[in-house]
Amino acid sequence: MNAGNDHIKLTYREALKQAIREALSKDDRVFLMGEDVGRYGGSFAVTKGLLQEFGPERIMDVPLSESGFVGAGIGAALSGLRPVVEVMTVNFSLLAMDQIVNNAATLLYMSGGQLNVPVVIRMSTGLGRQLAAQHSHSWEPMYAHIPGLIVLSAGTHGDARGMLLTALQSPDPVIIFEYTAMMNLEGTLPGHPETVNITKAGIIKEGKDISVITYGAGVYKSLDAANELSGSGIDAEVIDLRVLRPMDMETVFNSVKKTHRALLVEDAWGSVNIGAEVSARIMENVFYDLDAPVQRLCGAEVPMPYPKHMEDASVPQKEDIVAKLKKMLQHG
Amino acid sequence: MEKITVIPPSTTIDRRLGLNLLYQMMLIRRFEEKSAELYTKSKIRGFLHLYIGEEAVAVGVIQALTAEDNVLATYREHGHALARGMDAGVIMAEMYGKMEGCCRGRGGSMHLFDVGKRFFGGNAIVAGHLPMSVGMALASKKLKKSNITCCFFGEGAAAEGEFHESMNLAALWNVPLLMVCENNLYAMGTAIRYSHAVQELEKKGAAYGIESAAVNGMDVLEVEKAARAAVEKVRSTGKPFFLVCNTYRFRAHSMFDAELYREKSEVEEWKKQDPIPALRTKLMELQLITNNDIGSLEQKIENEVQQAVDFAEKGTLEPLEQLTRFVYSGPG
Repeated sequence: MNAGNDHIKLTYREALKQAIREALSKDDRVFLMGEDVGRYGGSFAVTKGLLQEFGPERIMDVPLSESGFVGAGIGAALSGLRPVVEVMTVNFSLLAMDQIVNNAATLLYMSGGQLNVPVVIRMSTGLGRQLAAQHSHSWEPMYAHIPGLIVLSAGTHGDARGMLLTALQSPDPVIIFEYTAMMNLEGTLPGHPETVNITKAGIIKEGKDISVITYGAGVYKSLDAANELSGSGIDAEVIDLRVLRPMDMETVFNSVKKTHRALLVEDAWGSVNIGAEVSARIMENVFYDLDAPVQRLCGAEVPMPYPKHMEDASVPQKEDIVAKLKKMLQHG
Repeated sequence: MEKITVIPPSTTIDRRLGLNLLYQMMLIRRFEEKSAELYTKSKIRGFLHLYIGEEAVAVGVIQALTAEDNVLATYREHGHALARGMDAGVIMAEMYGKMEGCCRGRGGSMHLFDVGKRFFGGNAIVAGHLPMSVGMALASKKLKKSNITCCFFGEGAAAEGEFHESMNLAALWNVPLLMVCENNLYAMGTAIRYSHAVQELEKKGAAYGIESAAVNGMDVLEVEKAARAAVEKVRSTGKPFFLVCNTYRFRAHSMFDAELYREKSEVEEWKKQDPIPALRTKLMELQLITNNDIGSLEQKIENEVQQAVDFAEKGTLEPLEQLTRFVYSGPG
């Protein structure tokens, strides 16, 4: 925290917007392209007013051609620009998956180190607005599967505002997941945007009894659960993975060595997800530091249902995390 | 506003240009015959797609470009790479999987890249490179550079969504892009009549307001003339141009293809239009070259191809410690 950088209250949406504005102001090579980012103001109002501020060359509305404009972003990145490509939501990103997987992620390796692809791709992600099966996906694990990509998850206000600025300094393609359900959530940050580290997991709350390892929409839920339990004598550590590829396991292992217990929390479907990977790596590396088996709380393996009570029941909620932590610590 | 340009037949040719075009086509032909031979000896593995029969397209079009222009091609790109001036030895070494190859042997036959020559693949997902080519042209426009981008693809790619997205984006954004469709009548084994409702592909430009032309892709002089006119249009207007080169692949799709989908007589019929003897005959008739010229070209090419093979044979394999290098930038 810099001296003279007084703290302000802002929404997650405002944090995202400040990041984009700062990125555009700092570097002429940066431009934003995406569906409805300009005249509409962004489908989640993140980019409202930026077209008027920066003009149509820097804030480019694009047609509904996900493969086309994501590929164009990759091509522009190959040619000396620093495009920020917004895919309106992760749900539409499969239409661009060929570009991301077969081009962005492979070109450096396939060309023997000749081609860098410094593109940043932002996607709104997750559920919570009763948008049903085709508009509520948590596909971070699919992207985290792919070598060559840097995959970031902005689970906090600080990362919503800081990750983009650091990502734009990367010579390699970066995907940033942003969380639709958190847009109106208020947080407190220093007044001026700053870059953040994008190689390390974050310790959101220190604790000694158990490690809750999560990312994305799981971060504040896990923190709320840990705070609730601190009154009843359970001191949980909350870790935000932040970087889903390449994952920072050192922070995770150090935490597990300290607490000897781990609960993995995420909204994504349980099979073959981030938690499955973290669990395996804990087994492979710090098994003998564990006092109990690693446990997971994940999304139910269903296409997302529309009714609110069923949607809520499809992903871990604060109450589920509280109950699971109590059970794991044989508490009450 | 859009129109289909009629290309008048070729009129002038001098000895220097004639010999140069003949040399390039003969080099590609001999290089690929040698590659096929080396494939049967297991020196080259993976997929090997030969361009034999289609040489006039790459040679004619690339002749019309400058060194600053960007070139993107498909997985059938040995000819384009050679026409772009890439060294035969470096290409052969790449196909041998040797470190001395253009991509350190990481890419093989389907992924030839040479940033110095502004040759961007070697792209093996059909139509996957079209959106990138739009982005590269967009970058030239945004950065106010005078270079254009030239993207080669087959008629199979013109059935992909990415072709249509890219045509629309290129026209919508007015970017300096020459899209060259090499219509060899077969998408792997599927004839164009089973792929395209409209087989006169140049008509597709009209749907996007893109000026288009079709040319006999078996006549290098016609291709060169049409390409020169198209390049001039793209450079002076900053707008895209769609050039269809109608051609034919004499050899199988790849080394695994038994060619069950076409009659041998059809192949023999097309071979009567072989672009190499056609040009040779024409130059002789015009008394621009003699039999001696042919003899010395053949000798020069034989030496060049043999030197390429020797270079590849003497090449070294990348140490296994470097397996993960270039997944990301920086030390891997």
